[in-house]
Amino acid sequence: MPKRTDIKKIMLIGSGPIVIGQACEFDYSGTQAIKALREEGYEVVLINSNPATIMTDPELADKTYIEPITPEAVIKILEKERPDALLPTLGGQTGLNTALAVAESGALERLGVELIGASQEAIRKAESREEFRQAMEHIGLKVPRSGIARNMDDVRRLSKEIDFPIIVRPAYTLGGTGGGVAYNQEDLEEIAQRGLDASMKTEVMLEQSVLGWKEFELEVMRDRLGNCVIICSIENVDAMGVHTGDSVTVAPAQTLTDVEYQKMRDAAIAIMNEIGVDTGGSNVQFAVNPADGDMVIIEMNPRVSRSSALASKATGFPIAKIAAKLAVGYTLDEIPNDITRETMASFEPTIDYCVVKIPRFTFEKFPGSVDYLTTAMKSVGETMAIGRTFKEALQKGLRGLEIGMPGLGKDFDEPEGDREAILNSLRKPNSRRLFAVRAAMRAGFSDDEIHAASFIDPWFLRQMREIVQFEDRLKAFGLSESISPDNPALAPMLREAKALGFSDRQLATLWKWSMHDLRRLRKGLGVEPTYYLVDTCAAEFEAYTPYYYSTYEPGRETAPDEGRKVVILGGGPNRIGQGIEFDYCCCHSSFALREMGIRSIMVNSNPETVSTDYDTSDRLYFEPLTFEDVLNIIEFEQPEGVIVQFGGQTPLNLAVPLMRAGVPILGTSPDAIDRAEDRERFKALLNKLDLRQPENGTAKSFEEALVIARAIGYPVVVRPSYVLGGRAMEIVYDDAALENYFKVAVVASPDHPILLDKFLENAIEVDVDALSDGEQTYVAGIMEHIEEAGIHSGDSACVIPPHTISPELQAEIERQTVALAAELGVVGLMNIQFAIKDGMVFILEVNPRASRTAPFVSKATGVPLAKLATCVMMGRKLKDLDPWSMRKTGHVSVKESVFPFNRFPGVDILLGPEMRSTGEVMGIDRGFGLAFMKAQYAAGQKLPTEGAVFVSVNDRDKEAVVRTVQLFVEMGFKITATSGTAAFLRGKGIESEVVFKVYENRPNICDEIKNRRIDLVINTASGKRTISDSKELRQTTLLYGIPYTTTISGAWAMAQAIKALRDSGLAVQSVQEYYKG
Amino acid sequence: MEAILALEDGTVFKGASFTGDGETGGEVIFNTGMTGYQEILTDPSYVGQMVCMTYPHIGNYGVNLDDVESSRIRVEAFIVKECCKTPSNWRSVKTLPDYLREYGVMGIEGIDTRALTRHLRLHGAMRGLISTREPDPAKLVARCRELPAMEGLNLADTVTPQKPYIWTEKGPRDVELQDGAYAWPGPGPRLVVFDFGIKWNILRLLTEQGFDLLMVPSSFTAEQVGRLAPDAVFFSPGPGDPATLQGPIAQIAKMTDSYPLAGICLGHQLLGTALGGSTFKLKFGHHGVNHPVKDLLTGRIEISSQNHGFCVDISKLSDVEMTHVNLNDQTLEGFRHTKKPIITIQYHPEAGPGPHDAQFFFTRFRSMVREATGK
Repeated sequence: MPKRTDIKKIMLIGSGPIVIGQACEFDYSGTQAIKALREEGYEVVLINSNPATIMTDPELADKTYIEPITPEAVIKILEKERPDALLPTLGGQTGLNTALAVAESGALERLGVELIGASQEAIRKAESREEFRQAMEHIGLKVPRSGIARNMDDVRRLSKEIDFPIIVRPAYTLGGTGGGVAYNQEDLEEIAQRGLDASMKTEVMLEQSVLGWKEFELEVMRDRLGNCVIICSIENVDAMGVHTGDSVTVAPAQTLTDVEYQKMRDAAIAIMNEIGVDTGGSNVQFAVNPADGDMVIIEMNPRVSRSSALASKATGFPIAKIAAKLAVGYTLDEIPNDITRETMASFEPTIDYCVVKIPRFTFEKFPGSVDYLTTAMKSVGETMAIGRTFKEALQKGLRGLEIGMPGLGKDFDEPEGDREAILNSLRKPNSRRLFAVRAAMRAGFSDDEIHAASFIDPWFLRQMREIVQFEDRLKAFGLSESISPDNPALAPMLREAKALGFSDRQLATLWKWSMHDLRRLRKGLGVEPTYYLVDTCAAEFEAYTPYYYSTYEPGRETAPDEGRKVVILGGGPNRIGQGIEFDYCCCHSSFALREMGIRSIMVNSNPETVSTDYDTSDRLYFEPLTFEDVLNIIEFEQPEGVIVQFGGQTPLNLAVPLMRAGVPILGTSPDAIDRAEDRERFKALLNKLDLRQPENGTAKSFEEALVIARAIGYPVVVRPSYVLGGRAMEIVYDDAALENYFKVAVVASPDHPILLDKFLENAIEVDVDALSDGEQTYVAGIMEHIEEAGIHSGDSACVIPPHTISPELQAEIERQTVALAAELGVVGLMNIQFAIKDGMVFILEVNPRASRTAPFVSKATGVPLAKLATCVMMGRKLKDLDPWSMRKTGHVSVKESVFPFNRFPGVDILLGPEMRSTGEVMGIDRGFGLAFMKAQYAAGQKLPTEGAVFVSVNDRDKEAVVRTVQLFVEMGFKITATSGTAAFLRGKGIESEVVFKVYENRPNICDEIKNRRIDLVINTASGKRTISDSKELRQTTLLYGIPYTTTISGAWAMAQAIKALRDSGLAVQSVQEYYKG
Repeated sequence: MEAILALEDGTVFKGASFTGDGETGGEVIFNTGMTGYQEILTDPSYVGQMVCMTYPHIGNYGVNLDDVESSRIRVEAFIVKECCKTPSNWRSVKTLPDYLREYGVMGIEGIDTRALTRHLRLHGAMRGLISTREPDPAKLVARCRELPAMEGLNLADTVTPQKPYIWTEKGPRDVELQDGAYAWPGPGPRLVVFDFGIKWNILRLLTEQGFDLLMVPSSFTAEQVGRLAPDAVFFSPGPGDPATLQGPIAQIAKMTDSYPLAGICLGHQLLGTALGGSTFKLKFGHHGVNHPVKDLLTGRIEISSQNHGFCVDISKLSDVEMTHVNLNDQTLEGFRHTKKPIITIQYHPEAGPGPHDAQFFFTRFRSMVREATGK
């Protein structure tokens, strides 16, 4: 049956900012869905607060609302746009929860909007633990023994019925926030309380632990006639107990017989029908007892998910696109399979390779957090690798993770540490567990022993052991045989090693060769990868979609692309500091190339992204972004050039080695990049242009650092050279802190010097993005930070256009930007960080590449920067492209950052020079106050319009906070303050209620917050002592979801925002309307 | 141990035997199922064929006592990318190499199975020879060309039982007929099943429908069936070219007015031919568990288990209509007679391996028998 003609206009809800558990996979699904719906002639209205998404590009949807994803905003848009239908299943948990809230408010009924994809009832059935359990029992499926608790009394009662260990799962949260495993009553009290707080409905489920059981997942699609297909099965290497998002997972399932697999398949389909998922994709998670095959259902999500994005990339089947078409009435047999063209979407993909997904963690960013994996997700990104065998895919995946590991083994030294320590590292799942498995094998543990400690299935252990055993063969070969082209045993040995996924770097280490010589030798012997297709059908049908992976098989089925072609290097797995923003730029670069008639070839290893959609580029190579893997592709394809400036630090790090290997790098030269990154050369550059930077120096030891710090005067910013995202960056205020930094944070050496900069206190920080063709420079955006200098630019809120910087200073900033671009010979994008202090402009940093803010500036100004940058890299000129004429004005855009602190209990939320945000949102309105308010809402901070404001600031900030407090008083807020602040305010004629600090007495400020007597917290702290004193306050604030700010300028912005909201209220407007002016 | 796979068109693949020394030949086909190798190995329809699995890791879950479709391994040889020698599954009792060796069936690994599959897709299923003994590929290719071609090959007669048997919880058990008659145990409708190489799961599912079953050899005549006084007759799957089974086809033609009839796979092909249709060979056949089939009577799509190299042409028949169509290549997947109680299906509703979507076929057959006979 064809598509529905009774609906014309459909609204989609995006997933908002990137947070742990909800990342760019929803941009991937949403973008696919919007394209699919428009292709069918529907008018599409979108809400998403995340500017770094492809889906919010103004040309994608008909109406794009960059507004906070709240039920209120959605209802306002519904009232304004009057769509016929709302599609809630493509925006992750945020989309689903918001849609459910809107539906429950009665707004859909009132406005005559139909929920398509999943009904209100289906969403509720799948999401409510209790209803879900009843539904499963109704169709004869088992769920772990469990009970629902709505308060701590329930928890205690249930703990008598369910044996420990007990898993705590809060209802309606992302990625299991607030969940955990309790081994005893004490654990339970703590975890359950946290879970109740985290749950939107104050509801947690306590559940029989199936720790150590095997975990599987099926991706199911259903059309409205009830036809179901399974897109992919996934088996977790990590057993139950580790969140799926944190688990190493493999597609397809490896250790199930057909009987067991079909039992799961039947169950998945029965669940779709019972829950009542009308159309679309869902995933179902299973746990299987390895001893007897007993199977229980863990959960199902009636929407596309992280797993469905993975399944799409793993099989080539575009789940979100098909889900969108099913939602408008098509059936599976009516939708063609893009890849084979001749077959329809109603088939089950079968694959002839193995896919391994490995999560990426950033515990190092969160001092105080424990590297311990549980049922609450903590990873910030993931990489996927494809190989003909698990072994090949695993080693590719490990090097694609970009954590400095060239595969399973690195140094190949025998492991140190006693046996008990090794076993312990296996017993407590952590981010290094696969390497611990290798260490255990090297230390002589059997697979049985490792399985008993880690619960990792013996099949996976056996595969890893084959890799580890092959290390010995390689070592022995290196000792007994000559590594030379004349040795006939060498080529077979290399082939075997390559088939097991060993990288050149590993082989070079094992044989004590240089990687480059080894590469030359290998190529000389003709040991080169072949590129096989991801075709959904295991070669049964001819495939047309150019989606490839490398493997070392003798077959040859792929020829290099023809015509003009350019390779774009992506950013690899998401991490803090390098995420969706860079992928956004890579996609735009690809779009621009295609528009210019140049074939675009994408290389990336991140399954969550739009760049790894086979539709985005002319060719997609799903490969690790290492020198070896990238150069293999370049040598195979022979492109006219490679674009490295969009994917963040990952491709940038490859620029110089690739250039040395003779690869043409397009755009700004690697030398210019080096001039900006190398401190001495950068200093010379600034001197030449007569530009100012904060006093600074480079130290190769603590002693040197001390001399420098004293010379330029505290406070100083210290950091290692060549880092992204402010790794190990700190502001130190005295000698002792500096010494501590060297002791704890870094190891300085001549190769890894430490940089010291004078810290400009209370300066205004400014980010500038600019575009240059080598002759002319377009200053794309001057972003004024809300927070003062010292907060990492990636963590700051900022505003376009600047709202407090004088036109003269803006002109000066523009002048300096143009001068720097010209001197560096920038061809493409560049980003400069300035600080303004006492009317003087300082340059903090210059990055001649795409920045994290490029998508935000593009959205705020309507000028597609990455596209234009690609054009100039291909030789076009700015005077012809004329970005100046494209610029949209008449509105204010605010970017705000979003933090994962709720995932890392115990970690201080105070902002600093080390970047910790995972994502960003944008607020847009006609004035600053409302734009800032929207950004706060979008970031999850629901600013109050009345109530009590708690103020506790350090002495340095007391004077500055007065005008903010005054504004709150004028608006009728009650002020609560700690004794010092209260005394100071009294001196300024402001009365406040005094509360105890945490360590003073009870009831203290934390008690007040817990009693819900505080609506907003303004708390600044600096210096080790005050910071640790006020940490508990900030923890409590976070736990109870009270809006807070830790900066004075942030507080002032909040006050203005609240005033604007009280004065005029929130209205919604689409980007297209803003662009019209 | 090094092994060579030589194809009749001169293509050669190099790998290693994981079952020891040997040499064997047959038609090389590929199967795209990612699970179910034990069922595939024991499916009699694979007699004479060397099966290449497209999924690279095979043998992961070992071999268990239950998931068998007949009494022994049937494939001529097994071709994989990588065979797992240390399986992991709670039901596993032995490894895949041990299992194959037990039945003297060759298994080779290290083959670029994707390249082989592409080759078969482009050039069609073809004869092949595997050897660890003959190092000269040219000689193997030459010898390969001497193997009989699948077209024109009667293989059903090599796997059909010697005498009638019944199905019990413990498996098949031979029965003696008294003057050609059988003492049906009752109370279910009596079903005579022609076993051309049946899969046990069909017997399990027919039993589940309440039929009393009696399996008979392919050589049984219409008259012999008559003496058994069945309520219905069923024709099973099996290996080889259906066109070679002229004997059974003639007998089936005599039965079309006498009983409700049903057939699966080879049984479907024989019924189609007996009703006046013809069969032709598909380029590389359908072997897998992911093909969509549309049931034209209900409009439902079934993801099906497929294993056939031949297809029936019913276009010239007047009283026969298509009931199931393959959505990948639009080939016939099932038909029914518009005037007589006859239904067939080309693929494998019994699964084993594969999805259970099509098991409704057995219910439909049961209803048809009830309607036609009142039993």
